[in-house]
Amino acid sequence: MRALDRKLLRDLWRLKGQVLAIALVVGCGIASYVASGTTYRSLVASRDAFYATNRFADGFAAVQRAPLAAAERVRALPGVADVQARVVVEGRVALPGARASAFGRFVSLERDAGLNALTLRAGRLPEPGRADEVVVGEAFAAANRLRPGDALGAVLRGRRVALVVVGVALSPEYVWIIPAGGFVPDDERYGVFWVERRALERAEGMAGAFNDLALAFSPGADARAVLASVDRILAPYGGLDAYGRDRQASHRLLDQELRQLAGSATLLPLVILAVAMFLLHLLLGRIVAGQREQLAALKALGYTNAEVGSHYALFALAVAGLGALFGIGLGVWGGRTFVDLYATYFRLPVLGYRLAPADLAFGVLLSAGAALLGALGAVARAVRLPAAEAMRPAAPAQRGPTRLERWGALRTFPVAERMVLRDLERQGGRTLLSVLAIALATAIVVAGRLAFDSIDHLMALQFDRVQREDVSIAYTHPLAPAVRGGLAHIPGVRLVERAREVPVRILAGTRRREAVLTGVDEGATLRRLLDLAGRPVPLPAGGLALSRELAARLGVAPGDRVEVEVLEGARPRRALTVAALVDDMIGLGAYMPITALDRLLGGPRDSGAMLAVEPGARDAVIARLEAMPTVLRVSPRARVKALFEAQVARVFLTYQVVLAAFAAVLAVGVVYTNARIALATRGRDLATLRILGFTRAEVGAVLVGEQAVQLLAGIPLGLPIGEGLGHLALASVDRELYRFPVVVSTGTLAFAAAVVLAAGTASAWRVRRMADDLDLVGVLKARD
Amino acid sequence: MKALPDADDRGEAVLRAAGLEKTYRMGDVDVQALRGVDFALYAGELVVLLGPSGSGKSTLLNILGGLDVPSAGTIRYRDHDLAIADDAALTRYRREHVGFVFQFYNLIPSLTARENVALVTEIATRPMAPEEALARVGLDHRLDHFPSQLSGGEQQRVAIARAIAKRPDLLLCDEPTGALDAPTGRIVLGALEAANRELGTTTAIITHNAAIAAMADRAVRLADGRIAATSRNAVRARPADLSW
Repeated sequence: MRALDRKLLRDLWRLKGQVLAIALVVGCGIASYVASGTTYRSLVASRDAFYATNRFADGFAAVQRAPLAAAERVRALPGVADVQARVVVEGRVALPGARASAFGRFVSLERDAGLNALTLRAGRLPEPGRADEVVVGEAFAAANRLRPGDALGAVLRGRRVALVVVGVALSPEYVWIIPAGGFVPDDERYGVFWVERRALERAEGMAGAFNDLALAFSPGADARAVLASVDRILAPYGGLDAYGRDRQASHRLLDQELRQLAGSATLLPLVILAVAMFLLHLLLGRIVAGQREQLAALKALGYTNAEVGSHYALFALAVAGLGALFGIGLGVWGGRTFVDLYATYFRLPVLGYRLAPADLAFGVLLSAGAALLGALGAVARAVRLPAAEAMRPAAPAQRGPTRLERWGALRTFPVAERMVLRDLERQGGRTLLSVLAIALATAIVVAGRLAFDSIDHLMALQFDRVQREDVSIAYTHPLAPAVRGGLAHIPGVRLVERAREVPVRILAGTRRREAVLTGVDEGATLRRLLDLAGRPVPLPAGGLALSRELAARLGVAPGDRVEVEVLEGARPRRALTVAALVDDMIGLGAYMPITALDRLLGGPRDSGAMLAVEPGARDAVIARLEAMPTVLRVSPRARVKALFEAQVARVFLTYQVVLAAFAAVLAVGVVYTNARIALATRGRDLATLRILGFTRAEVGAVLVGEQAVQLLAGIPLGLPIGEGLGHLALASVDRELYRFPVVVSTGTLAFAAAVVLAAGTASAWRVRRMADDLDLVGVLKARD
Repeated sequence: MKALPDADDRGEAVLRAAGLEKTYRMGDVDVQALRGVDFALYAGELVVLLGPSGSGKSTLLNILGGLDVPSAGTIRYRDHDLAIADDAALTRYRREHVGFVFQFYNLIPSLTARENVALVTEIATRPMAPEEALARVGLDHRLDHFPSQLSGGEQQRVAIARAIAKRPDLLLCDEPTGALDAPTGRIVLGALEAANRELGTTTAIITHNAAIAAMADRAVRLADGRIAATSRNAVRARPADLSW
C-alpha cells in the first residue's frame, strides 16, 4: 500500500467520529433512495407481470342493459382485440354465523374471454353451470377467514341466493378495492365475488345481455378513437362513458400510490445528500486547513497537484463509500420490509423484492457524486495552495470589527459570548449553511408529518363537520321520500334526513365528465356542504355548483352553461348554468339545492338516508337497517372513520419513524461535525481561556454556543421549508381523488423541533465533554 | 548583470541564478524580498546561506527549490529554466532533483518514520530503501515510530532521511536546527554533512545562526534581499565541533 494511502486510512481513523457521522448522513440518503426506488420497481414489476399474465383490460364501459350482440359489434371495431361482456351487480352478502352483513360486487365469470383472468389463491373456479358456487376476492376472504367450502348468502336485488365458496382469487381489476360510495378499503365489509353468469342473469334480468364491458386494444390502436366508437355503440343502451385504464378505479389508486413512492425516491435523498455534501465540504475544508504543513511537504517532495487533489477527494469518496455501504444495506432491508407491507396492502401477487444491479450502481454513483461535489472546494484549495505559501503558517484572518460590532450589538455581551458571535458572523457562509442544514433536518420531519396533519384535518372536517350522521344508508334504487317515515319509527332513531345522489354526465362543449350530483338540503343538520376552510357553501337557488377541480377539467366558470345528463331512470338531459364553484375535498362533485334537484328529476326521490341514532341503539338500528331488502348499503360513520384512521396510521406511522430517525442523523451530523471543527480550530483559544481561569462549563459554553445559535436559528427556518417540501410531496396526489388542505399542526412543529433539538444537543454535549480533556500545556506549546 | 563562469575550480555549476527579484503582496503593501541576487550552486558543495529574518533567504531557497518563481531574473537548473517553468514542470523538478528539509520537519503525523520516507521513495526513480535512508541518519532502530513518539531531533533526522532517500541532486534545508537545542542541532547537522560527503549531494542550508557557516565550503550572507558577502572555508569544520 502506498504511504499516501496509509495516511488516508489513518486520517479516516483519526477522524472516525466525524467520518461516521457524515457516513451515516450519506447512508440515510442512499437508504431512502434504494428503499423507495427498489420498492417502486419491485411493485411496478409485480403489477406489470400481473396485468400481462391475467390480461388486464385496456378499456371499460358500463351500460344499463345491452344485448350481447352489442358486445359483438364492439369486438368488430378496428383497434379492438378482445371484448368481455359481463354482468356486474352490487349486492348484500350474509356471512356464515351471526356476523354482521357485508356488501359486495358480484361479477359474472366469463370463461370464454381471455381478459381479466383470475389468479386462484385457493380452491377452484365454479364448475360450469353451477350457479351456487362463488369465488371470493382474497381481501374479503382473508378479512373474514373464508375458505373453500364455507357457505355464503347473497341478496341480489332483493332475492336471496345461497352460495358455496369454492375458491379464493385475485383479479387485476381489483388490486385495490374501494366500496361504491366510500373512499377507503373495507375488506371486512366489502368484497368482490365471481359467480356463474346464470346466477346474476336471473337476478338482474340480464339473460342474453350485459351491463359492463371490458376490452383489450390491438397493438397500435388509437385508444381515444376506440373508446369513442364504443360510446357510440353503447349509447342507445344507457352507456356511460367508456374509459381507459387511467380512470379504472383500482389501477388509478395503485398508480397514485406508486407515483408517491417514486416521488419519495427523489425528493428525500436529494435533501439528505445535500446536507451530506455540505458536511463533507466542512470536514474536508478543515482537514486541508489543518494539514497545511503536510500539504506543503507533499508538494515540496514533488507530489503533483493531481496526486494531492485525489488524496483528499479519496477521503471524501471513502466517507461516501462507507455511507453507501450502510445505505444500501439499510435500503435493501427497508425495501424488503416495504414490499412485504405493500404485499398485504395491494391485492396483487407480489413477485417479491427485486434488487436491480442498476439500483445499487446508481446508489453508489449518487453517493460518489455527492462526495465529490462536497470535496470540490477543499480539493481545489489544496491544489491551488502554492507550495511556497503552504510552507508558512496561514496568515491570521483579517480581523476588523464585524458588522454586529459596528452596530454596537455585541457590546452588551460578555467577552466569551462575543467570541462566539464574532466567529458566527465571520464564517458567515459556513454559519448560513449550517443553519440551512439544521433547517433541512427539521423540514424532513415537518414534511413527513404534514401529509399526516393534512389528512387528519381532512378527516376532522369530513367526519366531524361534513358528515354528522351516525349511519348513512344507500337504497338499492331511488325511493319516495315517504320511506323515511318508516325509518324514523325504528327504535333509537332520532332523526332521518334525505340523501339524494344521482350519477350524471356533465357536458361542456367537447369535454365531458361523469360525476355524482348531490342534492344539498340547506335545512339539513346531518350532512352539509363545506369548503376546505370548513365554511358552509351557500348554493344559489336552482343553480348548479361544481367542485373547482371538476370545473377546471370541463373548462367552465360560473355563468357558463353546461348540459347535465342524468344517468338513471328516464335519463333526462337539462341545460343548467354553473352558479358557483366549491372547494370540496374528495372526488369530482356537483351540487344543487335538493328541491331544485327534485324538480330537475321530475319529483322527489331519495337515493338513501342519513340517520342520527341514540348512542346505545346504534348496533340494533344497524341490524334492522341491514335486514331491509331495499337497503343496499349501511355505512356507520364511526366505522368509516376508524377504517380511514387505521389505513392512514398503518402507512404513516412507519414513515414517521423513519423520517424522524433520518432527521436525527442529520442533526447529529451537522452539530457534531461543526462542534468537532470548532474544537479543532479553537482548541488553542479554549485552552487559553482555561488557563486564564475559565471553568470547564464556561469554556464548554463558548464551544457549543455556536451550535446552540445554529440550532435555534435552523429549527424555526425548517418549519416553512418543511411546508414547502410537503407541498411538493402532496403535489403528486391525484387531485381528482383528494384535495388536501395543507395543514401543519402545532404537534408537528413541536415534534420536529424536539427531534432536531434533542439530537443536536446530545451531540454538542458529547463534544463539549471532549473540551474537558483539552491538553492545556500541550496546546500552548504547539506552534501556530 | 555580471556573468558567472559555468565552471571554476569548484567544479560544475548545477544551479545558476542571475538578477533574481521577488516581490510579495502582503495585504496592502508590496514587500520586496529579493532585490537582484546572483547566485550559483556547484556540484557537491555544501553552502550555508546566512542572514537575519527578513533578509530574503527563505525566499531564495523556495525559488532554488522550485517552490516559487522569481518576479524577475533568471534561474536555470542544468538545462531547465525554472523562472518560466509552469507548475507541472516545477513539480517534476522537485520530484526528480530536489530534497527538502524544513525547520518544523513537516512530517506527516499519521505516518511512521519508515512510511514518511516511503512517501518519497515511492515516487522517486532510483531511491534507496527507506530503511537505508533512516540508517544513514542513525534511526534504524526507530523505523516504526510515529512522529509524535520521536524527539524533535529525531523528527528532523527522519526529515533528512526522507530528503536524501531519493538521492537528490540538491538538498535544500530551511533552518534545519531552528527548532532544536544546540546538542540536538549538532547531531542533525552531522547527518546533513554526512549525506553531503557520502552521497556527494549538493547541499544548501539556510540559517540565521552564523556559527553553522564554519561547516560549509562556502558561506553566503544575505541582507535586505541582496547578497552582502561570500566567504570560503579552506577547511570545513566538523559539525560536532560547532558551538552556539
